[in-house]
Amino acid sequence: MGSLWGGLDDVQADAGYDADHPPRMGFFTDTSVCIGCKACEVACKEWNDVPDDGYLLTGMSYDNTQELGASTWRHVAFVEKPAVDLGMPTVGPPRDADQSAASGDAGIRWLMSSDVCKHCTHAGCLDVCPTGALFRTEFGTVVVQPDVCNGCGYCVSACPYGVIDLRKDDGRAFKCTLCYDRLKDGQTPACAQACPTESIQFGELDELRERADRRLAELHERGVDVARLYGRDPEDGVGGDGAFFLLLDEPEVYGLPPDPVVPTRTLGSVWKHVGYAAAAVAGLGVAAFSGRRR
Amino acid sequence: MPGLGTSFGRGGATTNLQDLSNADCILIEGSNMAEAHPVGFQWVMEAKRRGATVIHVDPRFTRTSAVADQHVPIRAGSDIAFLGALVNHVLSNDLDFREYVVAYTNAANVIDEDFQDTEELEGLFSGYDPEAGQYDPITWRYRPPAEMTDQERQRAEELEDEERRDQEGSRHQESHQAARSESHGSGGAPVSWKGLRDETLQHPSCVFQILKRHYARYTPEMVRDVCGIEPEQFRRVADALTRNSGRERTTAFCYAVGWTQHSVGAQMIRTASILQLLLGNIGRPGGGIMALRGHASIQGSTDIPTLFNILPGYLPMPNAAHHQSLDAWVADDEGKAGFWGNVRSYAVSLLKSYWGDAATADNDFCFDYLPRVTGDHSTYTTVKAMIEGRCKGYFVVGENPAVGSSNGKMQRLGMANLDWLVVRDLQLIESATFWKDGPEIETGELVTERIGTEVFFLPAASHVEKAGSFTQTQRMLQWRDQAVAPPGDCQSELQFYFDLGRRIRARLAGSTDERDRPLLDLAWDYPLDAEGGPEPESVLREINGTGPDGAALSAYTELRADGSTACGCWIYCGVYADEANQARRRKPHWEQDQVAAEWGWVWPANRRILYNRASAAPDGTPWSERKRYVWWDAEARRWTGADVPDFVPDRAPDFVPEEGATGPDAIGGRDPFVMQTDGKAWLFAPLGLADGPMPTHYEPAESPVRNPLYGQQSNPTRKQVRSPANPLNPSWSEVYPYVFTTYRLTEHHTAGGMSRTLPYLTELQPEPFCEVSPRLAAERGLEHLGWATIVTSRTAIEARVIVTDRLRSLRLGDRFVEQIGLPYHWGGNGITTGDSPNDLVNLTLDPNVYIQDKVGTCDIRPGRRPRGPALPAYVADYRRRAGIPEAGEET
Repeated sequence: MGSLWGGLDDVQADAGYDADHPPRMGFFTDTSVCIGCKACEVACKEWNDVPDDGYLLTGMSYDNTQELGASTWRHVAFVEKPAVDLGMPTVGPPRDADQSAASGDAGIRWLMSSDVCKHCTHAGCLDVCPTGALFRTEFGTVVVQPDVCNGCGYCVSACPYGVIDLRKDDGRAFKCTLCYDRLKDGQTPACAQACPTESIQFGELDELRERADRRLAELHERGVDVARLYGRDPEDGVGGDGAFFLLLDEPEVYGLPPDPVVPTRTLGSVWKHVGYAAAAVAGLGVAAFSGRRR
Repeated sequence: MPGLGTSFGRGGATTNLQDLSNADCILIEGSNMAEAHPVGFQWVMEAKRRGATVIHVDPRFTRTSAVADQHVPIRAGSDIAFLGALVNHVLSNDLDFREYVVAYTNAANVIDEDFQDTEELEGLFSGYDPEAGQYDPITWRYRPPAEMTDQERQRAEELEDEERRDQEGSRHQESHQAARSESHGSGGAPVSWKGLRDETLQHPSCVFQILKRHYARYTPEMVRDVCGIEPEQFRRVADALTRNSGRERTTAFCYAVGWTQHSVGAQMIRTASILQLLLGNIGRPGGGIMALRGHASIQGSTDIPTLFNILPGYLPMPNAAHHQSLDAWVADDEGKAGFWGNVRSYAVSLLKSYWGDAATADNDFCFDYLPRVTGDHSTYTTVKAMIEGRCKGYFVVGENPAVGSSNGKMQRLGMANLDWLVVRDLQLIESATFWKDGPEIETGELVTERIGTEVFFLPAASHVEKAGSFTQTQRMLQWRDQAVAPPGDCQSELQFYFDLGRRIRARLAGSTDERDRPLLDLAWDYPLDAEGGPEPESVLREINGTGPDGAALSAYTELRADGSTACGCWIYCGVYADEANQARRRKPHWEQDQVAAEWGWVWPANRRILYNRASAAPDGTPWSERKRYVWWDAEARRWTGADVPDFVPDRAPDFVPEEGATGPDAIGGRDPFVMQTDGKAWLFAPLGLADGPMPTHYEPAESPVRNPLYGQQSNPTRKQVRSPANPLNPSWSEVYPYVFTTYRLTEHHTAGGMSRTLPYLTELQPEPFCEVSPRLAAERGLEHLGWATIVTSRTAIEARVIVTDRLRSLRLGDRFVEQIGLPYHWGGNGITTGDSPNDLVNLTLDPNVYIQDKVGTCDIRPGRRPRGPALPAYVADYRRRAGIPEAGEET
């Protein structure tokens, strides 16, 4: 295991792969063209044989799967928001029955975004996994091996995005594999394959980043100033995401952390300090015993 | 789709989904395209990516609205008022594409001097018979040319004769009309003459001037009062459409069942057709009208119909009173200008494909074997006949009428009164189990022990378990291979009907009864596949047609009327050209040019954009470089371009047909609408529609609003299904003060049999709900995620409440109208269950296509509905308060 923090040009090499490993693959999810059809959610479950996640009408707009979890590896968020922003977004019913006297534009925006595991450059889940169930693939993605996972749950608290989770009736941890099996066969992940509007784009991460930059520039040129990239920056708190996004509002609006930081960021210094502390304790002990003898 | 058929000559989408990406503006109305057609919607998103303006006009703010540049909330069912005002805007500001309009439409035609408009008759056109509730369209006709040819004079005399006859016995006329409207799917209504034209458009009785007067009262202020759309919003739409139309730019329209399912549905589509013609957007890239059909092969089910009044290729079903012989059957259309004039060769080839060698010239090619219609035998009329005990058996295939059809109670009462019922489906749907667990069992209105219907449930193969073709929304046939064998006893439709036919024929073998001849003489000999069913491709080949040598034909122009050719559906001729399954072509678009002609096969003749002669100016040159598509190559003396030209290939733009020419020979060089009997697109429909030559705003049969435009409240020709189970809420009633509209969600499939039964889809939308505005929630005390009861005079249902800003209270003048949204996917069976909103819907039908009105009025109250016998009592109490007479009291 290599670095724990900062930009990293070759995440696979850092994980110990030979120089001839395949390029790092990822997702660019352009939420500006998402139509909220949820085909990604269904295709993911069909391909990966993920069980249903319960039948609950949540009342949170058209979002009835609520969040990523052990049995939801793609999750489409629906955010209903006043067109003129008056503060924080709402996901429940409108709080106020008033509306302008005249009918006109419905006066709202309806944001949709398909969320997924970020396949971080510095993946907290992987770093803390004590069994080696989580590993970095040759494509630079992060995958759990269910036959190795012992269900300890360390990874759950180590994910800065709240992606990975334990399946209740099973006990083990599950999350998006970026369709590792399909990648091995040179195929596109199920969600990207099913997406009708190319909101989910799959490809080499370097190329996706260029594409995203062009798309952002294009939207800014058309006056869509709210557009921004999320998880694109290799210098962010997780060293950049393998699955990153174009958003039309603040990340919090979509339920994404504004400034995610891998919890193992300070692992190196923690161990260093543990070392110092251990040395100090040892030193004290030695001193004590030597004192007694004296 | 007579709305498109009477306007352009063919009842299919004029364009294709892929071509939407070439549009500069797309107006989506009567469709929630992103949710109901998410895959096709990628082309709208592509257009948007290229800079197109996308406008969504819809009662609700949907996933389509979310990605549109402008959402315009509209009162459900008021679309003609809105579109009519756009027509008025174009006409009164001289924003029409004049050169296109004069050359390619019937704007210049002068109409009969006895014609009277809704302006003079308070919302009615001339020719209305209040007793029969229908029109005689004789005064809507073109004024004859100053000098008539012998043929035209003869036709005029015939018409007068016919008129006299009809006045003597109007029953015949009814059945005659019933059989005609749908038949303009691929051939316009037959006019008697091309008629007098004034290309200066100044004649006071010319279509252009009539249109101007008819729509003059459709103003932005009227739109505000009828539709609830502010003038400023209206102007934004009008500007976007006119700015993005003309030589250099094009606008496309998309619609779906939000237009078709109204008592004025065909006329909503007509209004869009008129607007698109005035703007010069038909037959051109990035233009057109995209009719989004409701299921994977609904276009196919009208091309090779499951309808009572047409035969494959939109040939009219013969009528018992009018069509005693093959000659009489084709007489209305034969010899008329355009390709529809060759109707006899299509008809004879169809009979040959049905009865093979048994069909000969001597026996009228077995014409007498065809069944006859005697009136309206449409689906809802049939259900009424079941309730009344006149219809004894019923096949339910690929349908779930107990949930998917309007007024579900009528459907269930009908099915409970049969001798036998066959349900073929993937799942045990409500239509197969209503007799033991339907809503009427709960209320006691039906008792299982007293239902005599013998129900046969036959498991069906799914689309991946059988080979075959879909004809999807853009007239495209796409072949599916079989992926896996069907499990257990599941059978494909093809296997099932083939086997059924074989068994019936075996039972009848040796019969000498004349009435059994049609079955015994059928050509029922298909090569068999490994499973013993007919080879699916052999059926496609039969549909394509074969020539005298038995080889597959390439084009419908090869069909003959002498019995030497056979063809199961003339418009599909060419799908098996060169003995190859053309529908199975799957060359990706990125390996082809923009038209991608090798992706599937499109009728007619693999043309992707219909009427594409109109993409060139009258002189044959492209209107503009930017919108170049099909043009006249003067050197080669042929039409050429990106697509298959929808025209006689070598007909010069300056060609003038000889006097007395018939069929394709009568198509002039600037007549792009080759299926129309006058070669022009119809702004004004002199024939072919039951409810008027020009679209006129009428209120839905149940409306909280008085028609502000005319004294006539509702479509005067609407068909009311009269039955004790189908009471109507009085309009303007305070007892039913709100509007409801039903719709689909992306996550479910229509009546739910294919989605409520699957965990992955059910979890995405797990429960029935109703969507209401915050204002309505406050008015009625509805709580988010609480329960609500929605009640009409038919029944009451319950659903969870979603309060959302996406539902907008509409301001009409000094009052608000509230609309309640009801996704209709649920029923009593499946992983999650709930009441069916279609039980609320009344049966008032469009007079052209017999499709129901999907809007109505209702009341909504917090809390769950009464259970058991208390439910009908609760609904009856509402009826009493609204002054609706109970069954039996009605006079």
